Amino acid sequence: MTDMLKDFKQSILISIWFVFLTFPLMVVRVNTMNNVVEWRWMNLIWVAIGAFVLSYAWRYMLARKHAKMKVAEEGVRQQSKVQLLLEDMSFRYKAMGVLLIIALAFPQIFDTYQTTIMISALIYVVLGLGLNIGVGLAGLLDLGYVAFFGVGAYSYALLNHHFDFGFWMTLPIGGLLGCLFGVLLGFPILRLRGDYLAIVTLGFIMIFKTVMENWSELSFGPSGIANIDRPGLFGIDMNLDASTIYIYYIMVAMVVFTILVTMRLRNSRIGRAWIALREDEIACVAMGIDMARTKLSAYALGAFWAGMVGVLFAAKTTFINPASFTFMESAIILSIVVLGGMGSILGVILGAFILILLPEYMRAFSEYRMLAFGAAMVLMMIFRPQGIISNIRQKYEYKGLKEETENG
Amino acid sequence: MDYFLELFFGGLTRGSIYALIALGYTMVYGIIQLINFAHGEIYMIGAFVALIVAGVLTIYGFSGISILVIAGIIAVIYASAYGYTLEKIAYRPLRGAPRLSPLISAIGMSIFLQNYVLLAQTPDFLPFPRLIPDFAFMEPVAHIIGSPELVILVVTIATMVGLTVLIKYTRIGKAMRATQQDMSMARLVGVNVDRIISLTFVIGSALAAIGGVLVASYMGQVNFYIGFLAGVKAFTAAVLGGIGSIPGAVLGGLVLGWTESFAAGYVSSDYEDVLAFGLLVLILILRPSGILGKARKQKV
Amino acid sequence: MKKISALFVAVALSLVLTASGFAADTIKLGVAGPHSGDLAPYGIPAMKAAQLVVKKVNASGGVLGKQVELLIQDDQCKPEIATNTATKLVTEGANVVLGHICSGATKAALGIYKDAKIPVMSPSATNPPLTQSGDYPNFFRTIASDDMQAKMAVDFAINDLGLKKIAVLHDKGDYGKGFAEFAKKFLEESGKAEVVLFEGVTPGAINYDSIVGKIRRENAEALIFGGYHPEASKLVSSMKRKRVTAVFISDDGVKDDSFLKVAGSAAEGAYVTGPRDLSSIPLNAAATEEFKAEYGTDPGAFFQEGYSAALALLTAVEKAGSTDYDAVTKALRSEYVETPVGKIKFDGKGDAEGVGFSVYKVENGAFTELK
Repeated sequence: MTDMLKDFKQSILISIWFVFLTFPLMVVRVNTMNNVVEWRWMNLIWVAIGAFVLSYAWRYMLARKHAKMKVAEEGVRQQSKVQLLLEDMSFRYKAMGVLLIIALAFPQIFDTYQTTIMISALIYVVLGLGLNIGVGLAGLLDLGYVAFFGVGAYSYALLNHHFDFGFWMTLPIGGLLGCLFGVLLGFPILRLRGDYLAIVTLGFIMIFKTVMENWSELSFGPSGIANIDRPGLFGIDMNLDASTIYIYYIMVAMVVFTILVTMRLRNSRIGRAWIALREDEIACVAMGIDMARTKLSAYALGAFWAGMVGVLFAAKTTFINPASFTFMESAIILSIVVLGGMGSILGVILGAFILILLPEYMRAFSEYRMLAFGAAMVLMMIFRPQGIISNIRQKYEYKGLKEETENG
Repeated sequence: MDYFLELFFGGLTRGSIYALIALGYTMVYGIIQLINFAHGEIYMIGAFVALIVAGVLTIYGFSGISILVIAGIIAVIYASAYGYTLEKIAYRPLRGAPRLSPLISAIGMSIFLQNYVLLAQTPDFLPFPRLIPDFAFMEPVAHIIGSPELVILVVTIATMVGLTVLIKYTRIGKAMRATQQDMSMARLVGVNVDRIISLTFVIGSALAAIGGVLVASYMGQVNFYIGFLAGVKAFTAAVLGGIGSIPGAVLGGLVLGWTESFAAGYVSSDYEDVLAFGLLVLILILRPSGILGKARKQKV
Repeated sequence: MKKISALFVAVALSLVLTASGFAADTIKLGVAGPHSGDLAPYGIPAMKAAQLVVKKVNASGGVLGKQVELLIQDDQCKPEIATNTATKLVTEGANVVLGHICSGATKAALGIYKDAKIPVMSPSATNPPLTQSGDYPNFFRTIASDDMQAKMAVDFAINDLGLKKIAVLHDKGDYGKGFAEFAKKFLEESGKAEVVLFEGVTPGAINYDSIVGKIRRENAEALIFGGYHPEASKLVSSMKRKRVTAVFISDDGVKDDSFLKVAGSAAEGAYVTGPRDLSSIPLNAAATEEFKAEYGTDPGAFFQEGYSAALALLTAVEKAGSTDYDAVTKALRSEYVETPVGKIKFDGKGDAEGVGFSVYKVENGAFTELK
């Protein structure tokens, strides 16, 4: 009873605090253009009620989280059914098969618009998977990932514009250029630790965008490059519908390719080295892993995917300008990785679909979209830091131990 | 020579604003090793609250310097309150979580606060009343340094002196330094670490708000997005000077301000940002912990 | 099993629904522009203009005896989203499209409309190559292009004001840099004045003191600036503070009340170019009244141009007698139409004949039209 009263009191206090906090911004609106003040007292009531209710929810969620952590500490592994299902290999193959069929049938069932939206989502899937190599596996916080995406997009746009390079020829070139830039930029900075790395990579986007805006001779400046060719298919002339479907299938193939490669990579020697590096750098170096090379390979490989998918992005929109490659894009790709579940391939895919498709279908709420987006990032970190799907680590359990201790 | 001095003072003005904001980053980082990405938004909220208060006061017939002082004080109070709440909601539950988690949470908070102000107020630029008067005695040198610049410099210096006194000579300052050096040891000797962390956020936010009010009345306009660029620049300054070091943040801010100013003056303002970030990369390559930062020995 | 059958039903239903969509016999007018986000103030007035025009046309019997249906799509001024919205409009069977608002988004979307043979008319995309490159025969606009504006500003500076040394600055953006590059080109071609400085300023920077110092050092008599009002306000304030007396000349992006309020007394004496004052045109007054009656506020940016574009498109369909692409574009190019921006028809490239700019001067806190 006293607990309830205490909770109630606390929620009232929180509610008052938020009323105070939001008062100037939510209630008063001054138009300093013509000196008019608008008092929106109704908002005050909404804030009060909202803060009161949310504080209860907040407390409940925190308590649940602590309870869970306690259980985890006591050694009882609790895994959700979904997680268990995902670990079942035969189910995984079946599910993949079904997904692939749905993916292949998609453009036949839905119209061109839906297919275009799906292409955007798939682009972000590949970007997320690429960034996942650096952030999720190797633990390198890269805030400038979109710069490599831009390198790919610009390399196709420019090669196409000046030398009439085709899509297929540029696809590997874009990837390699992304990779090259990754190595060039990564080389000097990879000995920096986490947060320093973050700010330097953030600087890269600023530099990339500024250079693209100013170096008009190279990049045509802020007005961008238009009329980029769509991907060709043995010189067949395609209308918009056909070419959209064609791009869609290219994208599906790219996603499948990316998934296969990252899956194999994760379980390879170098993949293990990345994970080890993420967990403990010093121990890792002590074990004889070449830190610089391992980090650089993660960074450059991530950049490779970004470069490749950048080429496809340019081919899809047929127009690019520097405004498409901003820090916000980087933040969105990063949140795909984090919300989906760092290191988990399925999680990243789900994250991309949620973050890209939801806003697209919820145009009506588009004003509140970014607000919800920011809040979701915070809440997710607090209540489910492992992401939607936590990374499944291979583990080898020694079953005999328990019996022995019980007997002994 | 006039031209050089003009660039020098232009850079100094910019630099001292960067320094004010950078202090918040560096103090927070020094204690809990977190990049408080939403710090730029606190700066913006400070400026916005000052704008609202100044707007209301103007309508109710207050005048000149009294508006500036009242708006400034309220802005500082509100920014501190936001900083305090920010820490409680977005960072405290994440104490002890993997390093990436609080950073993502901070980016999320930054996006949230931006859009909160956008929706609660307006996407447009709003004019901020010009409250700093033109001093007559500044007239002969007005082409080199104007009255608003002088006010900014004086306020910044006063704030820095205040902060130094607070940290060096008070009990709270001592507790802050202790927490920075070794959090668990500080707790053992009776420092309320949670309170000190909250206090750090409050002080950092107050400094950012001072910067916000100064810039707003200097530039004469405010919108929801001004925090982003200022935050990035200030953070760059903090890293440049050596994050975690208070004199480093000030030095970093000034170096960055001068780099930009001289780059724009003698080279071209086209590549102002490129040169600023290029300098950052260069310094970090030569001195990975910044100009005044101490390389932390890692214990295994 | 149940779930799968439910899925099939859903798919089948959606197919039926799309099919029925095509059966309805209406003229479809697509409207695309930013209707959410920070650039929404530039897109919503044109959208409302289209709604007003369509309401009026439908009330008087529609076009070719058919009702006009609006298809409204948000592109947030982002090129990558604009291609999606364009695809959506094409898929939904738009006959003509009013939009897009931003030049970048328009450029990205135009290729899609071109392949689908749909005439597009923008009320606001002023980027010159859109018409001048000849790449987009399906594109029209009811606003004059940036180079006309730059020409006007340059002519005014060298002929009317007789200035010889001019600094040209921009905000590194699509619009501002385009304007500045044209201004520089026209200045150099005229041979009457010298460009002493050509640079971009960083939007959002704390001060522009270095660049203002540079203007003084180069002894520039005038500053031509391409960009929007936040940067312009900072520039003129900084010039006033540093006692730099160069004349400030800028573009339509600066001709905004915010510029007058933010810059205050520093804005006095500045010149800006902008669309001609339309208040003497009767149709314009009528359209504004309609808007006020419906929404109770003043219409915003690009309302007149949007209204004119909607009117021009629907009239062209009426005159062409069908929604056939060739017939409609021919009608747009050959038939005059009365609109709020004047009596216009379109030239071979798609620019409206009879739409132009004036120079305004800031006097006593207001814009006064000079010529």
